Amino acid sequence: MRIEMMQGKSGTEDRVAWSTEPGESPLTLSLSPWEREPLNSSRSAQHRPFSLREKDRMRGCALWPLQLPFALAAAVVLAFTAQPAAAYEAYISNEKGNTVSVIDTDKLEVVKTIPVGQRPRGIAMTKDGKSVIVAAGDSNTIQIIDTKTKEVTGSLPSGIDPELFAFDPAGKLLYVANENDNTVTVIDMETQRQAGSIQVGVEPEGMTVSPDGKTVICTSETSNMAHFIDAKTHEIVSSVLVGARPRFAAFKGDGSELWVSSEVGGTVSVIDPVKHEVKKKITFEVPGLRREAIQPVGLNIAKDGKTVFVSLGPANRVAVVDGQTYEVRKYLLVGQRVWHGAFTPDQKYLLVTNGLSNDVSVIDVAGLKVIKSIQVGREPWGVAIEAQE
Amino acid sequence: MSMAHPSAVVNSRQGFSLAQYLTCGRGIVWREALRFLHQRERFVSALVRPLVWLFIFAAGFRQSLGIAIIPPYETYIPYEVYIVPGLLAMIQLFNGMQSSLSMVYDRETGSMRTLLVSPFPRWFLLSSKLVAGTLVSILQVYAFLAIAWFWEVEPPLTGYFTVLPALVLSGLMFGALGMLLSSLIKQLENFAGIMNFVIFPMFFASSALYPLWQVQQASLPLFRICWLNPFTHAAELIRFALYGKLDPLSLAVVLGCTAVFMAGAIGAYDPARGLIALRRGPGGNG
Repeated sequence: MRIEMMQGKSGTEDRVAWSTEPGESPLTLSLSPWEREPLNSSRSAQHRPFSLREKDRMRGCALWPLQLPFALAAAVVLAFTAQPAAAYEAYISNEKGNTVSVIDTDKLEVVKTIPVGQRPRGIAMTKDGKSVIVAAGDSNTIQIIDTKTKEVTGSLPSGIDPELFAFDPAGKLLYVANENDNTVTVIDMETQRQAGSIQVGVEPEGMTVSPDGKTVICTSETSNMAHFIDAKTHEIVSSVLVGARPRFAAFKGDGSELWVSSEVGGTVSVIDPVKHEVKKKITFEVPGLRREAIQPVGLNIAKDGKTVFVSLGPANRVAVVDGQTYEVRKYLLVGQRVWHGAFTPDQKYLLVTNGLSNDVSVIDVAGLKVIKSIQVGREPWGVAIEAQE
Repeated sequence: MSMAHPSAVVNSRQGFSLAQYLTCGRGIVWREALRFLHQRERFVSALVRPLVWLFIFAAGFRQSLGIAIIPPYETYIPYEVYIVPGLLAMIQLFNGMQSSLSMVYDRETGSMRTLLVSPFPRWFLLSSKLVAGTLVSILQVYAFLAIAWFWEVEPPLTGYFTVLPALVLSGLMFGALGMLLSSLIKQLENFAGIMNFVIFPMFFASSALYPLWQVQQASLPLFRICWLNPFTHAAELIRFALYGKLDPLSLAVVLGCTAVFMAGAIGAYDPARGLIALRRGPGGNG
C-alpha cells in the first residue's frame, strides 16, 4: 500500500495517489483548488509546494510534538528526585476554637488538635523545642504544651490579657505584651516567675528582641509607636512614631533593620535601630482592592534578609517584599484575613493562618507559590514551628 | 462513488498487513499535519480564541469566583487558573469540529474521496482521521499552556505529563462528535450553525467557566444540563489530570461518549445504510 502526495509536471496539479501493490498503476486524485490554496498561499508562484527540501523541513517541524513527551518525562524525573522536605511540627493557635492544631509539615495535614484556654493567640516554641507556649488572652494566662505528649502541662504568670510575646536570644526570658493594662511583663523561664514589668504606651501588642539581646521592642497599637526598651534597665530608650495601629515587629537576622507593620496605616516601616529613625515606609497596592482592605499584620523575614513576607489581612494576600530594595515583588493569594506566619526551620515553607476561612496556607518560599491550604480549627491566629537557629 | 478499484477488491479479500494499515494511517495523519502546518492562520486563531478568554474575560471576572477550595485544587486560586482546563477543552472542541467537518469537503473533492472508496475498512479511515485531528489539537493545547505559564497559570510540572492521556481521550471524543455531525451536513458553510447549536451551548453549559456548585445554587435544571454535558466531563478530566489526579466518573463518561459517537459516525458513514446515503446534495448520490 502506498499513499503519496505528488506534484504534476506542470507544477500546477497536485495529486493524492494510492496503490495496493508495487508496480501497480496508482489510483490518483487531483486536489481541489480549495485544498491546494493553503499550500501555496504566502509563497511565490514559482515555488514548488512539495519540493523535497520543503518536505524535510516540514518533517523536522512535525517532530517536536513527538519529542515533547520525552522532555516532559525528563522534567517529571527531575521533579521526583528533588529533596523532600524534612518533617517538622507546626502549632497553630485557633482563636475562636480554643484549640491548638498540630500540622505535620511533611504530610501537610493536621495530625492532632489540643484543647487550650480561652482565646489563644500568640504562640511560640521554647529554645529547647520541648514545649510550646500559647497566650490564652481571655484566660489571662500563658499555657505550656509539652511537644511530646501534646498536652497542656502548666502555665506562666503572664499578667492580664496576654497577646503576643518574644523570647530573648538565649531563651531564658520571655517578654509578654499585656494588651489591656499597657505593660510588658518579663518572665524568667527557669523559675517560671515574673522578673519585672515595664510600663509602655496604650495597647501594647508587637514584641520582639534584637538578635544581640540588648534591646526589646514593643509596639503600642493606640500610641502608634515602636518602643525601644533597654533589656537590662527595663527603661524605654526611644519611641519611634510609625503608621496607625502597629501590630507586629521583627528584626532582620543581622539586627540591621527593624520592620514594623501598621494595620490601619496600611504600611510597613523599616526602622534603623541605631538611629531610631524610619528609613523607609513600604506601601501596598493590590489591583481591584480598596485601600482599607490592605491591613499588614504578620511579618516574616527570611534568614538571609533578602525576602520579607507581609500578611495583608482582609486583602487575602501575602505580599512578597524585596528585603534590600523594599519593592513589592508579588502578591500571593491565600485564604481570608491572613494573620501571622512562621517558616519551617529549613526555610522551605512559610505557613500563614487565615483567620476567617479557618485554614493555614502553605507557601513554597523558593517558588513563591501557595501550594496548599489546610483546614484547622476556628479562626486560626498564630503559628509556631521549631525554634529557628 | 461507491465503485471500488477492481484490484483493490481482490486485495481486500486477502486482507491487509499491519504495515499497510500503518502506511495508510500515516498518510492520513501526515496529510492532516501538513494541512495544519500550512494553515498558519488556523493555528494562530486556535491560540487567539482561548487567549482572549484568559487575558480579557478572566481578568474581568477575577474577583467573582467563590472562595471555596474545590478539588483538584488544594488552595485558593485566581480565576485565570480555574478556567484554563475549560479553555483546553474548548481548543479541542473547536479543533475536533474543524478537523472532522473538513470531511464535508474531503469526501467530495479531497483525499478522503479516494480513501473512502479504497478497500480499507471505513472504521480505520475514520479513526485515522480522528487520531490526526487529536494530535493537532494536542499541539495547540501545549502551545496555549506554554503561553499561559507566563500568565502565572503554573500547574505542577508533572501535570503537563499526566494531562496528555486526558487530552488524547477528550480530543478523540470531540473529533468523533464532529465526525458524526459531518455526516449530517451538506456544506461547510453550515459551520456557523454548528457554532451556535453545538459549540457554544456545550461550552457555556459546562464547568469550564464556573464551578458546578455555583451553577447548582443559581439553577437546579441548569446544573442537571451541565452535569449531563459531555464537555463538562472532558473539562473535569483535563482539570484533574493537569494536577496529577484522576476523576473516575469523568473518565467513564468521556470513554463512553467517545465509543458512542465513534460508532455513530462509522454507522453514519456506511454508504449502504448510513445517513450519508439519505443525505442529498453534491456527491451524496451514492
